[in-house]
Amino acid sequence: MSTAIVYPNLEEFDQLISGDKPVLVDFWADWCMPCRMLAPVIEQLGEQYQGRAEVAKVNVDEYPELASRYRIQSIPTVMIFDKGELAEIIVGLNSADVYTKALDKLLGE
Amino acid sequence: MSGRADIAVVGGGPAGLSAAVNALARGKTVRLLSSGKTNLKHAENVDNYLGFYKITGGELMDRFEEHAAALGISAEKGKVLNVMPLGGYFMLNFAGQIVEASAVVLAIGTAKAREIAGEAEFLGRGVSYCATCDGMLYRGRKAVVWGLAPDSAEEANFLHSIGVQVVFAAKGERPENLKPEIPFIPEAVSEIVGEGSVSAVRTGGDLIETDGVFILRNAIAPTTLVPGLETQNGFIRVDSRMQTNIPGLFAAGDCTGAPLQIAKAVGEGLIAAQAAAKYIDSLGK
Repeated sequence: MSTAIVYPNLEEFDQLISGDKPVLVDFWADWCMPCRMLAPVIEQLGEQYQGRAEVAKVNVDEYPELASRYRIQSIPTVMIFDKGELAEIIVGLNSADVYTKALDKLLGE
Repeated sequence: MSGRADIAVVGGGPAGLSAAVNALARGKTVRLLSSGKTNLKHAENVDNYLGFYKITGGELMDRFEEHAAALGISAEKGKVLNVMPLGGYFMLNFAGQIVEASAVVLAIGTAKAREIAGEAEFLGRGVSYCATCDGMLYRGRKAVVWGLAPDSAEEANFLHSIGVQVVFAAKGERPENLKPEIPFIPEAVSEIVGEGSVSAVRTGGDLIETDGVFILRNAIAPTTLVPGLETQNGFIRVDSRMQTNIPGLFAAGDCTGAPLQIAKAVGEGLIAAQAAAKYIDSLGK
């Protein structure tokens, strides 16, 4: 596990997304092949944005409450939160630049 | 075979076999991943491939496959659902496992997938192309499986086995291997409706309420297969070395555009393999 990635539990999740920094959350599961293919990209984003944005992973099997709260119907789904607000939903497997563009937009870069 | 291959070739038609044979000739390790459904097998008569006149497509494919097999190349049968570029290597989602390769040659033929109304709008919001990927999210809920590929019934059976309330829709006869408990509608899905997420699909004249729809086609559009891949009029955009817009990713054969002919596919397979071999050599430097 990379140190640049956070794995919040239910309580930590709400606290995390209402912080000052944008938060990218990757909703995933063990059995999901495309999620495993996205994992290296998420790791890389964690390192690339360390200090500027939070990068988190939520296992939908461990936290079905979060999956149902955000009506996750396909994984991987990446959600980006800005000061507690859902700013972006990116469904499916995408190239790294799709995620960096979305984060950079929020960071004003 | 495990570990990272030098080159993964996706597609077992003339372009893919040519790429595999020529990659091997350049001393590269190759994995040939093929659905086994090559259009050429159904051609009644081939008369414009030099040296092989008055031959059926099936016979010619046999010759191509014999050639590859004689070199020790055997196609691994299964569907490639995703190819993920990861900067320096690739991960492929192949038949329920992850295959890694330094370079990839796409020789996937032509994809004749016509999108239906609502499909793009609800993708990931009730529309899925992969039962084994998203099935778990529909446990205890309703899902329509629209079977357009030969193995669709198996995927519907899988969804049923994990507790999804499955309805199977497909034009024509009920597949023999579809579990008897699964209701069958002998119609294609023509439209997907909903608000925010899928609420129903239209089959024939009927509207069927559902939480999701699995569209299981044989062909996967290149842009769905590879995130970030550039296409032009539905064909993969390549340069004269068969290089796509993604470094390390090459394409050959019908998927790059007309003419959709064997000689062109075989030639492009060769160029793609040599370019891929050169690319791999440049990685090491």
